[in-house]
Parts: sequence; structure tokens; C-alpha cells
Amino acid sequence: MAGGAASGGSASTDTYKEARNWLLLPAWVYLGVFVLIPVIMMLVYSFLTKEFRGGVVWEFSTAAYDQFFFDRGLFGDEPAKIEWTYITIFWRSIWQAAAATLLALAIGFPTAYFIATRPERARPMWVFLITIPYWVNLLIRTVSMKFMLRDTGPLNDVLIGIGLINDPISIINTNFAVQLGLFYSYLPFMVLPIYASVERYNFSLSEAAADLYASKWVTLRRILLPAVKPGVIAGCILVFVPSMGSFLAPDLLGGAKNFMIGSLIEEQFKGNAGNWPFGAAASMVLLSMVLIILMIFARQQAKAEKEVS
Amino acid sequence: MLSLIKLYGEVAMSESREIAIDVRAAVKRYGDFTALKTISLSIYDNEFFTLLGPSGCGKTTLLRMIAGFEDVTEGAIFLYGDPIADLPPNKRPVNTVFQNYALFPQMTILDNVAFGLEMRGQSKSQARKAAGEMLELVQLSQFAARKPSQLSGGQQQRVALARALAPKPKVLLLDEPLSALDLKLRKAMQLELKHLQRETGITFIFVTHDQEEALTMSDRIAVMSAGELQQLGEARDIYERPRNMFVADFIGETNLLEVSVDAINAGRATCHLGGGHELSCNSVEGVNVGAKVHMSVRPERLFMSEGPTDSEGLKGTVRENIFVGTDISTLIDLDDGPKFIVRTSNSDRGNKRIFEPGNEVYVNMEMEAARLLVD
Repeated sequence: MAGGAASGGSASTDTYKEARNWLLLPAWVYLGVFVLIPVIMMLVYSFLTKEFRGGVVWEFSTAAYDQFFFDRGLFGDEPAKIEWTYITIFWRSIWQAAAATLLALAIGFPTAYFIATRPERARPMWVFLITIPYWVNLLIRTVSMKFMLRDTGPLNDVLIGIGLINDPISIINTNFAVQLGLFYSYLPFMVLPIYASVERYNFSLSEAAADLYASKWVTLRRILLPAVKPGVIAGCILVFVPSMGSFLAPDLLGGAKNFMIGSLIEEQFKGNAGNWPFGAAASMVLLSMVLIILMIFARQQAKAEKEVS
Repeated sequence: MLSLIKLYGEVAMSESREIAIDVRAAVKRYGDFTALKTISLSIYDNEFFTLLGPSGCGKTTLLRMIAGFEDVTEGAIFLYGDPIADLPPNKRPVNTVFQNYALFPQMTILDNVAFGLEMRGQSKSQARKAAGEMLELVQLSQFAARKPSQLSGGQQQRVALARALAPKPKVLLLDEPLSALDLKLRKAMQLELKHLQRETGITFIFVTHDQEEALTMSDRIAVMSAGELQQLGEARDIYERPRNMFVADFIGETNLLEVSVDAINAGRATCHLGGGHELSCNSVEGVNVGAKVHMSVRPERLFMSEGPTDSEGLKGTVRENIFVGTDISTLIDLDDGPKFIVRTSNSDRGNKRIFEPGNEVYVNMEMEAARLLVD
């Protein structure tokens, strides 16, 4: 946009610039209405006073943030101590999202590699197959997962049936169940960007490495991975960020013990027990956390892309 | 280039012809498609050997089978007597210069060249030191810290060469390494590669579709077409004594004529080529009286005269002269007969006359110039 062309563009480039601005308009409007305004509302609400039975009183207050980080006793008159409850929930969210991301990477990378190494005509079919389960609503998929994993569900039946275990293993209501749920919810977001970068990879580089006495493992680590790093980072962001704020999988598969930040926020706006400013404050904390992580990733991404080109 | 001798030690030009690569009845099939039909050939130690043929002839497939990138459907390949057909590429002491160079984009030039040495167990500092010496050889020391994308095509080509030579392979495979370079650079690299081969004493197997390049560089050439070996021999041999139509046509420029054999006497065949024109040439095995075969005559071995000479002259009319730098090509229509191309070197113009279009001339040939081909 700030082209800085001193001589001034010709008529045709001006026309293009104008056309481009008009074409960008819907995107800007969309982002403004559905992203910027809600975030500003959230920021404003997080500094208001809560109304019992939900809603807010238009009176400035930092009580919501105070409640998130500090414990001042039941009546609010004791000296402030760090409030660990919400930080723990927050920490668990990061941890669970990270575990789900790693799981998605471990399964998604070989899958993407497999698809990208099929004959060119067969690849769209494989990509299509990957996306099929995601035509079904997320809620229904998560409920089905709960059904599959429960003590008397098909998974345990099969494992007992083939004699691998004697007693059903309890998966439901554990951290692992939540990780599985998150992983399954966002797997295609890992597969597709990695697939795109492996497809662009020049496989004669792998041949050159093998020709120069590198083992398969060294070739993967030193030649292929650096080349597809941008895709891997993009996939990790796309799985990690929505996983962190997710509430369906933790609610349905994790039970009360495995509460995540998404569920905490959801609770604040649901029913009469809610505390809107507190929910808004927790959202703002989540948002800033995600932004920090994104910035770290983005820096990595820029570095990786520079190396590849 | 001279310091190469220091690196590799004195190379004895041994007379004993040890076999470096022995391909025995190798076949390559992809499903129903046969890319390579039962090829057997031996490539000698310290030889500049070229696989030559049009695209799709199987030359690259054969090279990739020697490198280990393609498995051998049937048959065997030996490297100095050891079977290698079942070894993965990283266990074969051969290195490849790839057509697109395949330099590692995220590594510096120095690390690219050091990679193979490091993989062979040298320490990083050792490998880098040796790689630095290798870069000096290809005159790229000042680019050691750059990334491949910052180099020109010709420079990348030399890095690829340095990288493949650094681990001192027993055999160096070159897959059309010069095809992306412009003509002038290509000619310079051809000579440089040839010198490099002489000085290192490493066996080079070079793949190209450019017959001129093959003739310039090779000790021996294997001409391939449609997955088959057409002819194997020294450059001169293949040029002057092509075995069949394909080789005669593919290598250099030639007059290909359809003739019928009238008589064979004491190793000489008398043939006629339509329009009552007759010539005689050495007979080859497999040609019988009455047979219709092809004859190949190189245009530079023909000359023109105003009247009939002692040798059998073929009477015709000049149609066109084409100036091609060092030579002039003259197109001649024989009376009631086939067309001929005669090539006269520009340096010969003192002795040989150039005729103008419309002139009547006689086309004469040197004694051994014509060659019968068994298809």
C-alpha cells in the first residue's frame, strides 16, 4: 500500500490499486464488524461492574481482573494472595492444547507426507477423504467420541474382545480423553498446511542427501523438516489456538476435574450464575496469551520461510 | 585445477582395464511398461563414459539404477566386483551431480559441500576444512558463506560438482548437469569436466541427449533408444561406423539414402539409388544381394566438381547454399534421384569451389565415406 513510487504509477496500476481496495473492502468490513467490535466490547465489559443474574452495571471496575489473579478471602477484606484456581485452569488449557497439538503433529505429519507422495492424480481424493468426517457437526462428533471411549463403549469392547485387556480402561473424564477430543477436532488443520508444504518440496533433495550417505532419519531431520517447517508451524498454530479456547471437548470428555479456560468463560455467560465482566476479563487474558504465542510462532515462521527461500 | 593431483594423489594411467561398473542383463519395468530392456555393459575404471539418447530412451533410468534411486527389476549391477543392486543409495560409494543440482537451500555453500564428508563420519571441522579446499578447486571460495539461491546457475553447477566429488566417490554420476547452462558456459564446463576427470582419475558416467557434447567429452559412448542399447564404442567409431539407422541419424548430420544392393564383390557392394545413379562401398555383414538397405554418407566427406572425376560422380543441380559459420552446406538435387547435403569447410575454400544455386555439379565421395546400415 505504501508503495513509495516517487514517479507516480501509470493509469493502469492506479486502476489496479483502486480495484484492489474495493475488493478488500468486504474483508475489512467483516473483520471490523465480527472481530474488532466484539473484542472492543469484551475489553469494555471486562472493566465494568457485574449485575447479579447476568449482565453489567455501567460503572468502571477492575474487580474482574482482581478476581482472576488475587484471593482476598471470602469477604474481600484479607490481604491479597495469588489466586491459583484460575491460573491453574489456564495452565491446564495451555498444557492440554499443547498435548493435543503434539498428538496432531505426530499423526498429521506422516498422513500429510503420505498424501503428498501419492501420484498427483490421487492426491485430491486423499485430501477429500481426510475432510469427510468434518462434514458432521463438531458437537455430534464429540458426543460420538464420548460414546466410543466410555467404559462400556465399542473401544473397550473390542480391546476386551481381542483379549488385550481384561477390565475396561477408563479413558473418559481424563486429561487424555480431552487431548484425544481436541486432536480429533482439529486434525485437518494440521494435515492440510503440512501437505501443502510437502507437496512443494523438491524430493531430489532427499535423493541428494541419500546419495551423500545420509540415513533416512538424518535426511528427515536435516533436509526435509527444515524445508517444510513453515507448514508445520502453520499447522501447530491452527491446532493450538482453537484447542486452547475450546470448551466442547473438555466439557463432554473431561468432566468437572478437567475444566479448561473455554469452559470457564462459557460458564460466565450461561444462565444466572454468570459473571459477565469476569468472563470478559478471562477472555482478554486468553486473547493476550494467544497473541503472545502467535507472535513467537510468527517470528519462527518468518525465519523458517526466509531459510527455505 | 592442478592442485587436484595433490588431493587425489598421482593418478597412474593404468593400462589394465579394471571394470568399474558392470551392468549385467539389467531390466527395469514400471508395471506393464518396460523402461529398460535387458541392458548389459561394462564401464572401465578411469573412463569418461557417456549414456547418450533422446529423452525417454532409458539413459537416466539406468543412471538412477546405478545410483540406487531406482531398484533393478531383473539382473545385477557390480561396482568393482561387488554386487550393489540391493544396496540403498547411502551405502553406495558413488555420488551424483543432479540435473537441477539439488543443493540444500537452507545450508551455506560450504555446508553443502561438507555434508557428504560429515555423513561419512568426519567431524564437522574436518569436513568443513576439506570442503573449503574443494571449493577452492572450483574457484568458489569467496561464496562459501552464501546460500545456493544467491549463486548463478553456473556457480550452482560447480557447487553441485564440488559436493559430489568431495567424498571421493569411486564413480561419479552426472545427470545432464550442463543442460541448464547457456551455450558458452556449457562449452567451457565441458572442457573443465573432461580435465577434472583426467586429473582425479575417477570414473565419470555422464548422461546427455546432446550428441555433440557426448562426442566432445567421452572416451566411450553408449547410444540408447527406446530402452535398448543401440551401439557402444569410442566416439570416433560411433560417428564413422554407425551400426544402424538410429545411430547414424542421431549422431551428427548425415545423408540417409535408400539403396538396393546389386552385387557384392570382394567385400565391395555395388548399389543403386534410383534415377540410374550407382555407387559402391564396403559391404557389411548381414547385407545380401538384392536387399534394400539404408546408406549413410556424412556430408563433410562429399565434395563437388564441375565435371565427372575418377571416382563415381553423381550428377545433380545445386539448390541452395547455407552458411553455418565454419562450414557451408550445399543442398543438391540429383537428376531423378535423392537429395544430398554436401558440407564444405570454409577453410577449404581455396581448394574447393562453392557452386551457386542452379549450377550443374557432380557429387563425389571419399573411398570409405559411404556406409551400409543393417536396420
